Amino acid sequence: MTAFSLDILLFALKLALVFFVILTLAAYLVFAERRVLAWVQDRKGPNRVGPCGLLQPLADLIKLLTKEDVVPSAADHWLFYLAPAMAAIPAILIFAVIPFGAPLTIYGRQLPLVVADLNVGLLFFLALSSIAVYGVAIGGWASNSKYSLLGGIRGLAQLISYELSMGLSLVPIVMLSRSFNLTDIVAAQERVPFIVYQPLAFIIFLISITAECKRIPFDLPEAEGELVAGFHTEYSGMRFGLFFVGEYINIIVLGGLATTFFLGGWHGPLLAPVVWFSLKTLAFAFFFIWMRGTLPRLRYDQLMHFGWKVLTPLALVNIVVTGWWLALT
Amino acid sequence: MSFFSDTRAILGGFRVTLAHMLRKPVTIQYPEQKRTPYPRFRARIVLTRDPDGGERCVACYLCSAACPVDCISMQSAEQENGRRYAAWFRINFSRCIFCGLCAEACPTLAIQMTPDYEICTRDIMDLVYEKEDLLIDGCGKDSSYNFYKHAGIGVTQPRGEGQEESRPLDIRSLLP
Repeated sequence: MTAFSLDILLFALKLALVFFVILTLAAYLVFAERRVLAWVQDRKGPNRVGPCGLLQPLADLIKLLTKEDVVPSAADHWLFYLAPAMAAIPAILIFAVIPFGAPLTIYGRQLPLVVADLNVGLLFFLALSSIAVYGVAIGGWASNSKYSLLGGIRGLAQLISYELSMGLSLVPIVMLSRSFNLTDIVAAQERVPFIVYQPLAFIIFLISITAECKRIPFDLPEAEGELVAGFHTEYSGMRFGLFFVGEYINIIVLGGLATTFFLGGWHGPLLAPVVWFSLKTLAFAFFFIWMRGTLPRLRYDQLMHFGWKVLTPLALVNIVVTGWWLALT
Repeated sequence: MSFFSDTRAILGGFRVTLAHMLRKPVTIQYPEQKRTPYPRFRARIVLTRDPDGGERCVACYLCSAACPVDCISMQSAEQENGRRYAAWFRINFSRCIFCGLCAEACPTLAIQMTPDYEICTRDIMDLVYEKEDLLIDGCGKDSSYNFYKHAGIGVTQPRGEGQEESRPLDIRSLLP
């Protein structure tokens, strides 16, 4: 076997493993969310399928795959088919730039535990997270239903309120690590994670990614109390499942990004780097679920006010203060 | 300052949900665990017998009249000795709302509620209970009560033999 084909094989293996782990994790995150929310409400949650209900995601998958796939007759068919993919694919693509472990050495060659070590990884993430909202907007538009349309509009309006502060909160990270490359950002946090230097940026980023993955204090595009299910009201079967799994992949990916940017990525004592990365990421996932069990939904204008009048100015001030501090030291 | 009090309120909410996460769930895992209903729980309806083993029901239609959903129907008949009984008696449990008004209305304590709440079936027609399904061998809640001993004047026993009944008086003996 030539060295080149071995490289290809290792890369394909890594790719398949990452893909499999992310999808399985997303499915089990749905299960975990149902269990944890049940505990918050003094219930037990799904515990019938398999031991402790662990086969529940499989049962859900079978249910979604065998359900009737309804397309509203007035819907814009092509866009209607396209939207779920546009919601799920950017989410999983973002994971490509996240380093999830220390580089391995196999057969005398370095195997970096990141799918694509882009030198503009951070910008790649920001670009893809902007594309992801097209799934919401197109899905809401193509369904030809007033609830879906309102959900799609809200998704767009939400994007312009949180995305600016999300991008601005990452500028100090770039200033500190002097790189857009996520591997370099993790390497810069070998001794001290950036959350110590940038607690404000961390809080702004955390709030922004909650809005980015459309979770409960900011789940305005879905808002089942007001808009039935918002942009995916008209979706059924596996198309709905794709939206759904995209949301949970987003949780994992954004948790991984918060880990990478602020908690030192895979750095940590004693345990293996991959374990540290998973623990930190899952801690974020748990926090999102916990938050869903705790907070009520914000009103539409409250989110806009909060994004534009609080988060963005704070992020700007934070950038100036960081620059001033960097110039002094 | 409202910023600090708001932050404290939000964090307090997180504390409460965390405390509930660690609390024991109140769920009763139904098919495996069953709660024991109280003796006066209102579920499946039965027809009871008097202490002598006879049917208590005298087919007076009061239960049927009291029933707000009209799920009780019957046909009255009379034995040779004048005792009334139900030729057939039917309760449609798919309609019954287990309000207990029939049991309250019954003058002979024949119709009674039991705590047996597990009567669901696959076929809705199985929920139509006939008299032989409803009739039980015991007396139910009031084991000593026998309607005819109290009020069945001259029907199943000679006049004056009942518990709360005086001997018939020979009115000629009262003449001055």
